[in-house]
This record gives sequence, structure tokens and C-alpha cells, in this order.
Amino acid sequence: MELCPSVKNILLLDSEGKRIAVKYYSDDWPTNSAKEAFEKAVFTKTQKTNARTEAEITMFDNYVVVYKFVQDLHFFVTGGENENEIILATVLQGFFDAVGNLLRGTVDKKEALENLDLILLCLDEIVDGGIVLETDANVITGKVASHSIDAGAPLSEQTISQALATAREHFTRSLLK
Amino acid sequence: MAQPLVKKDDDRDDEADYSPFLGIEKGAVLQEARVFNDPQLDPRRCSQVITKLLYLLNQGETFTKVEATEVFFSVTKLFQSRDIGLRRMVYVMIKELSPSADEVIIVTSSLMKDMTSKTDMYRANAIRVLCRITDGTLLTQIERYLKQAIVDKNPVVASAALVSGIHLLQTNPEIVKRWSNEVQEAVQSRAALVQFHALALLHQIRQNDRLAVNKLVTSLTRGSVRSPLAQCLLIRYTSQVIRESANNTQTGDRPFYDFLEGCLRHKAEMVIFEAARAITELNGVTSRELTPAITVLQLFLSSSKPVLRFAAVRTLNKVAMTHPMAVTNCNIDMESLISDQNRSIATLAITTLLKTGNESSVDRLMKQITNFMSDIADEFKIVVVEAIRSLCLKFPLKHRSLMNFLSNILREEGGFEYKKAIVDSIVILIRDIPEAKESGLLHLCEFIEDCEFTYLSTQILHFLGIEGPKTSDPSKYIRYIYNRVHLENATVRAGAVSTLAKFGAMVDALKPRIFVLLRRCLFDNDDEVRDRATLYLNTLGGDGAVVETGEDVKEFLFGSLDIPLVNLENSLKNYELSEESFDIDSVPKEVKTQPLAEKKAPGKKPTGLSAPPTGPPSTVDAYERLLSSIPEFANFGKLFKSSAPVELTEAETEYAVNVVKHIFDGHVVFQFNCTNTIPEQLLENVTVIVDASEAEEFAEVATKPLRSLPYDSPGQTFVAFEKPEGVPAVGKFSNMLRFIVKEVDPSTGEAEEDGVEDEYQLEDLEVVAADYMLKVGVSNFRNAWESMGADCERVDEYGLGPRDSLAEAVNAVINLLGMQPCEGTEVVPSNSRSHTCLLSGVYIGNVKVLVRLQFGIDGPKDVAMKLAVRSEDEAVSDAIHEIVASG
Repeated sequence: MELCPSVKNILLLDSEGKRIAVKYYSDDWPTNSAKEAFEKAVFTKTQKTNARTEAEITMFDNYVVVYKFVQDLHFFVTGGENENEIILATVLQGFFDAVGNLLRGTVDKKEALENLDLILLCLDEIVDGGIVLETDANVITGKVASHSIDAGAPLSEQTISQALATAREHFTRSLLK
Repeated sequence: MAQPLVKKDDDRDDEADYSPFLGIEKGAVLQEARVFNDPQLDPRRCSQVITKLLYLLNQGETFTKVEATEVFFSVTKLFQSRDIGLRRMVYVMIKELSPSADEVIIVTSSLMKDMTSKTDMYRANAIRVLCRITDGTLLTQIERYLKQAIVDKNPVVASAALVSGIHLLQTNPEIVKRWSNEVQEAVQSRAALVQFHALALLHQIRQNDRLAVNKLVTSLTRGSVRSPLAQCLLIRYTSQVIRESANNTQTGDRPFYDFLEGCLRHKAEMVIFEAARAITELNGVTSRELTPAITVLQLFLSSSKPVLRFAAVRTLNKVAMTHPMAVTNCNIDMESLISDQNRSIATLAITTLLKTGNESSVDRLMKQITNFMSDIADEFKIVVVEAIRSLCLKFPLKHRSLMNFLSNILREEGGFEYKKAIVDSIVILIRDIPEAKESGLLHLCEFIEDCEFTYLSTQILHFLGIEGPKTSDPSKYIRYIYNRVHLENATVRAGAVSTLAKFGAMVDALKPRIFVLLRRCLFDNDDEVRDRATLYLNTLGGDGAVVETGEDVKEFLFGSLDIPLVNLENSLKNYELSEESFDIDSVPKEVKTQPLAEKKAPGKKPTGLSAPPTGPPSTVDAYERLLSSIPEFANFGKLFKSSAPVELTEAETEYAVNVVKHIFDGHVVFQFNCTNTIPEQLLENVTVIVDASEAEEFAEVATKPLRSLPYDSPGQTFVAFEKPEGVPAVGKFSNMLRFIVKEVDPSTGEAEEDGVEDEYQLEDLEVVAADYMLKVGVSNFRNAWESMGADCERVDEYGLGPRDSLAEAVNAVINLLGMQPCEGTEVVPSNSRSHTCLLSGVYIGNVKVLVRLQFGIDGPKDVAMKLAVRSEDEAVSDAIHEIVASG
């Protein structure tokens, strides 16, 4: 048995099984086509299940997969067959809730793609090379969302035009909501 | 695709499939990446471009070496910006690009600056990036900072350094090992995850030092671990320590068991489960130790969370394989899981129930499963079918309801694999449970009436041809078989014709009617069908008067083709059309490769869902065919028993050799399966020199060397011994592998001309009494016992001395005798002080033997046993006692 709990991959797919963001931590799938085949298998196996209130779980090809869906987003976390299922579920829940926090309630594919940078950072903060880095959604959100300017930077570095651009962006967003 | 890049925030579209990356293209994004070089950086825009690049990589797009280098260099420019968000993206991007060593130098200084920055976020991430891309020489430069970071008061920084340490330990162990003081300090950290990461690293640093691990576990189990994840780690380390110290503790309580048991009361579910699982996996776990773990798993079974239910039922399923009695308490909870929404959970619940169920609950269980079967996928159904097959072999008296169940599901919709699993199960049940034969054959007959799979139809027809004529009323099968001749495709029709012929050959009374049917087949529109009909009519004498079927005809119809098909195919290809007709005797009988069944499958293990492989192996047939094809052994008579392969070499040695002992009435043949694991060598003329000086009753009569043994393709060599007829002679043999070794050029694969003679010492092998006992079950032990009568009964009592547990003593005796446990009596209920075990078998000389073992435990684990043997021959009953007395 692997002594250290480890995650083989984290997947975020859409309602057709297409990739939104995926991260593999294991050499079990050396090529992109192997990865895609795995994603397709996972997706077809789980697509008909109802994993919207509680995280669901399945096993195939000697992998344990825990998953949870919301809107048109499908979240997956994969581990080896001997992995503690509850640890995997904790990682999944951390990812799921952190994405929920970062997308501020509107959790769907469109919003996820528009904030892909946040989701990629989120993946980066949850697991490092297969080792669980953090599972608390609030901590993860905190690490990702600190989008301010470096405290040590002089204010002059933020130009007027940049400030205006940021303001405009926030304004349009709030209008469109 | 013609659309230029849609910029984020610009044209928002209300369409459902709107995506900011619609129509995105690698070339264009690479162009866009030029903004990284702008003197006046726009962090927001740069972030967007990096996101696009990452999106492309994430979708499976690859950059060429040049592209990657270019992107890498421009990304390094972004270190000028002090926007945290952008910097974070830069870190991720660098990790994704995994730059080469000479490129790394470019960013090293920037990253090192970040590593010592005041901003914790920078420090943590810079450490992770730098450690990911660095090599050994650079590592020594930054080692000082890393050591500081490990004990940093910011948990994110400490974790980053520790996790990086875990990764670096694989490549630069000597450097990371120097950090153990700092790591040890971090284990005491108040931050949960730092403790987890530190513990993982510390253990990896010390994993080869058993004493240190022991000390670590001892000190931590006293309770200073806060993080649930760290606690899980500690549980894993503890069970490792328990495993390794198992040999030193003969009596008394298991060390650390109290710690594991205490973890069952932890507040985090992951810890509770980890501890429960660790307990169930302890070596030789007792039922007293199991109970608390089973209790918490039982609670999980009724949890609202599918993950908990799955974890619990999966673990209980494993426990049920070794301790079925311990799991029976959960049966009620398990039964309610049969209707679980999650099909994986439902299937695991059913297979667990099938393992733990007793004879009386079978019928009720089958009713519940019937409802369940209609709405699960084929792959789950196959698992259930396999579990039912093993259940039926365990409780043969229940064959009627189980066989009915199988035939019912056979009629329902299903794919090939599923149908094949059912048919295979029925065939195995027919073979092993004589009472089930007639009903099983009829079920198969009904199935081929409406079977869409040619393969299955022909297999069943073949099986009918062998088993059908031996039944009480063979004529009732004829109609089903002849219907095939009318209604099916040519392959099935030809199979049906052969089956008809077999009935004709075996049942004289049916012969005239079979001839009528075969003659009708002469007008079939397919060559093969017509040819077969003509052939059979001639061999069976259908043209003239009804005659007794000769032995050679039966041999022709029922005997197996003793020539490997590959060899036959090759010979036929080489055969040139000439005056001379093809001579089948010219086909070499030597088997080039091992029979498939023997090959160790190195591939994937069976998944957790599937039941362990059951049913008798077909290897016996394969062995028999193999041995009879070797002229030297052809006159040894019928093969009585072949043992399982016994390894004669350690794992991972140059040559891997195992031996199979084939027992004949007056001979013993050792089949040495050899594998050459060195690509640079070719072995020729391989033999095993067997020294039988410690086995007086054996005399060597023949050896069959292996002509050549190339790399990684297993081959066999044989040595045959003569021994007194019908006597269960035992003895010890020492073995030496002798061969001529030739060097092989790995690039061309050609061997050199000259070889050197060499020898290789193998481990000893023994022929023991159990080798003369065939495992043959009886379906109703009591009936068999009564009908055998007490004429040749021998009863005696034995003291087995102190034993770990009753179960261990029972197992030891079963293994010693090599007999088949009946009616599930090999399982010892937990906490019992006495146990009765029923065994049956066939002793050499085809003498049926039944054994009733009564065990009792008294005082401090002293086990006493009463052994009652009944057989058809007094001498054999005595011999069984002899085995136990000397064993």
C-alpha cells in the first residue's frame, strides 16, 4: 500500500465530458489520448448518476473515483484502489467548495471558463505532485483570491488607466448579473 | 475558426455554449504572448494570455521546443510586475513548461529573491516552483533557505518546503536527509497540515531504519497528532510496525492495537475508517480484535453519504473472504443496501451477503437479488453471477434454486460477456454437482434454442455431446440438437452434427435414429456440415448393419487433439501438394510456449469488485495433454494429480524456476518451468539434475531436456521417477539447473556460436503425502459418510500442542491432508472453543476418503483433535492417520 495518501488526478469536466480543467499527478496515463480515454470512461460511467447533493463514488480499472456535480460542471478526484475513500472525498469537497466560493455562487461552465485562471490556481493549491496540500475550501479560496497588489509595491506602479480598467470591469460585471 | 480571439469581458454572448476560448488557436495566442515583452506591463492582460496558454496545454495541445523556450523567456520578464495574481499565474506557467536545465538558470535568481521575500505567498510558491524545476547542484545553494522554510512560522511556507522535500527525496535523497532535525521540529507544529507533511517526510527519510520508525510511532501514538490526515499516516505506519514485529510476539496482546482501537473513536471519519481498515487487515486478526472495527463500519453502512457506505461495504466485503462469521452481524444493514442508488455499493453488498450467507438464507437472498438484477449494468451482473457460482459450490444442496436463478437470468437480455459468465457457471456446476447435471443440461438446451451467440452455441453443443449421452435419458436432448441443424448458421450446424454423432457413438439404442438424422444432413448446403455428416456416418457404420462402436471410433470422437494447433497450422502451411498425403504424425508435438493457464499474469489485478476466481482450474486437462504428448511419459497411465507450481528460486533471480509435481500410479514426473530473465543470454540444452539420495523409493527413469531457452519465453524440462505402484512414497530432492549459456547481442538478437556449460543451484523440493490426495468434494457429506459405512473406519485422538487459534489449527490440518473441506466447515466461527470440520478427497489408487475432524481447545490454547477416517480400504484409513501422526 502507498504509505502517503495520494491523488492520481483531479478533473473538472462539462456536461458533455469535455475538459474544463484537468490535472494529472501520476504516470498512469502517459499520453493525452490515454488521459482522454480515462476521462471519457469516467464520464460515461458516472453521467447518469445523481451526485448533486452528496459526493458519489465508483470504482473501475483499479481506481477509486469520487465525484460531485453542480449545474453543468462535473468534479472528479481519482485515487488508487487502496486509497482511503474518505480522504479522496475530502479533497473533492475542498475543490468543489473552493470553486463555489471563487465563482461567487454562480457555479456553471460559463462562469468557470471565464475564471479559468482562478480554477487553475485552485488546483495548484489543493494538491502538489499527488500530495494533498490543503483541503479546507476557505483556506484555498483565501490563497487564490488574494488578487491585490503586492503590499510592498509602491502605489505609483498601478497606473490610472489600469485602475480605470479594473473599475470598468467590475461595473460591467455587476450590470450583467 | 476564422473568428479572431474573443476577448474576455468584451462581447459577452447569451448563447449557452459561449466560451471565452471559442475558436482559440495556438499560433494566435503565441503572438499575443508578445505583450509579456512590453516595457509597460499590463498585468490583467498578461494574466489573460497566460490563462489562454494554460488552457491550450490543458486541452492537450503541445508546444514545440522552440515555442516552449520562447514562451518561457517572455514569461520570465513578468517577474518585473508586482501584481500578486499575475505572479501566481507565472509560477503555474513555469511549472507547466518544465524548462530545461540551462533555461532554469534564467529564473533562478528571480525565484530565489521571491523565496526570501516578505510576502508569504511568494515564498511558498517560489519554493514549490524552484524545487520542481531544480537539479542537485542548485539545490545545495538553496538548501539553507529550505531548512529555514521548513520551520517557518507561516504554515503555507512550511508546507511548501516539506512537500517539496518529499518530491526531492526521490532524486536527491542525501541532501534531504540532512534536514531531519528541522523536519522533526515541524512534526510538532500546531498547524494541522504542516504536521501531516512533516510526518510524511520524516517517515520517508527514515523508512529503512526500522528502529527509528518504531520509535517515531511509539512517541506519536501517545497523542500529539492533531491533523486527521497526519493521524491517518500514523495509522498506516503503525500497522506497518505491527506487521514487521509480528514474529516476535507469540503471546499476549498485539502492540499498538490499543492505539488503533482508540482511533475508532476519533472525531474525523477518515481516521475512524483508516483505523477500522487497518484492524481488518492485521495479520491473523482475531475475532475479538475485529469486533470494534466491524461495529464502526456497520454504522457507516447506514450513513447518508455514499462514500462512507461504499468504503464500509468494500472493507466488509474483504473481511468476509477470511472471516465470514464476523460480518454476519451486519447482514441486515447490508440487505437494505441491495436497493442502494449507487450500483457499486449494491453489488458489493450482494457479493458480501453471498459470502456470509448460510444455507437457510439462500432462498430469501435470491429473491432479493432477482429484483436487483434487472436494473444494473452487465459488469455488475457478472460479479454477481460469479458470487452465486461460488455460493452454489459451497452449498450444493441449494443447487436447485441457484440453478433456476441462473437459467432465469440466462433468458433475459444481456451482452456476450455476461451470457458467457452464466454459461460457464452452469457448466462448472454441472461438473461439480452431479445432482445438478440433468436440470443444468436442460437449461442449456433451452438457451441454445434462442441464442444469438455462435460461440456459446457451439460450446454448449460440444459440452452436450460429452455429458448428454451419460445421462439417464439421452434421447430427450436429441430434439434440441437436431433443431440447430435446421435453424442455425453453418458453424452451429456443423457443431450440432458432431454432437449428434457423439450420441450415436455412445448410446447404441439411439443409433438407428441418429443415422436417419445424419443422413438428412447430407443435403446441407454447407460443405463442412455435409463432410462431417458423411464422415460420421462412415465411422459409425451407418451404411451397414448396426454394429458396436469400436474403441478407436470413440477415441476419434472424444479424444482430444494432442497436437498443438500452432504446430499443425505451420505444418499445413509447409505442406506441398504432392503424391504423398499429409501425415499428421509428422507434426511436432513439442509445445513451444507454456499453456496459457500457467502463465503468471503480471497484468492488472482483479478489481476490488470482482469475486476471487473460483471453480476448478482447467489446467489439469492441459497438463494431461502436455504429458501424454511426450513419448517417454506416454505409458505412465492416467495422470492422478498435478500440484500447484512450487517456486524453486527467489523472486528476481537470473533464472526463475518453478516445479509442478505430476503424480501417476507408479511414477512421478517433475515439470520444471524455467524462465530466463537475462536478455543477453540464450540457454541451450537445459536440464535439471535431480538428486534423489534422500528419497529412497524413487528411481530416475527419464529426463527430457529443453533444447533452447531464449530470454523471457518460458520453457519446460521434465524429469521422471519410478516409484512403487500405488504407494504414497515421500521424499526430498535436491536440484541443480544445468545448461549451456550463449551470449546474445542485444541489438541484433543473435547468439554467439560457442557456449559455456554452467550450473545454477535450485532449492530443494519435496514430495509429501498430500500430493497423493485429490481434492474432491461431496455434495452431501452425511449421506456419503453413512453410505461408506463403518467397516474401514479408524478413529484416534491427537494433541496438536499450543496453537495461535483454533482456525489456524484447522487450516494446518487441512493443508497437511490436502483434502477438500465440505459444506463450508473450514470456517471456524469466532470465539468458539470447539469445531467440527468435514473433509473429502480421493487417495491414490482412486480410493474415496472421508474425514471428520473434531477440534477442541482447552486451557492455554492447547488444541486437541479427534480424527475419524472412513474409506473403502482399511490400509488407506491407516495411511491417513499415518500422515497426521507424522505431520
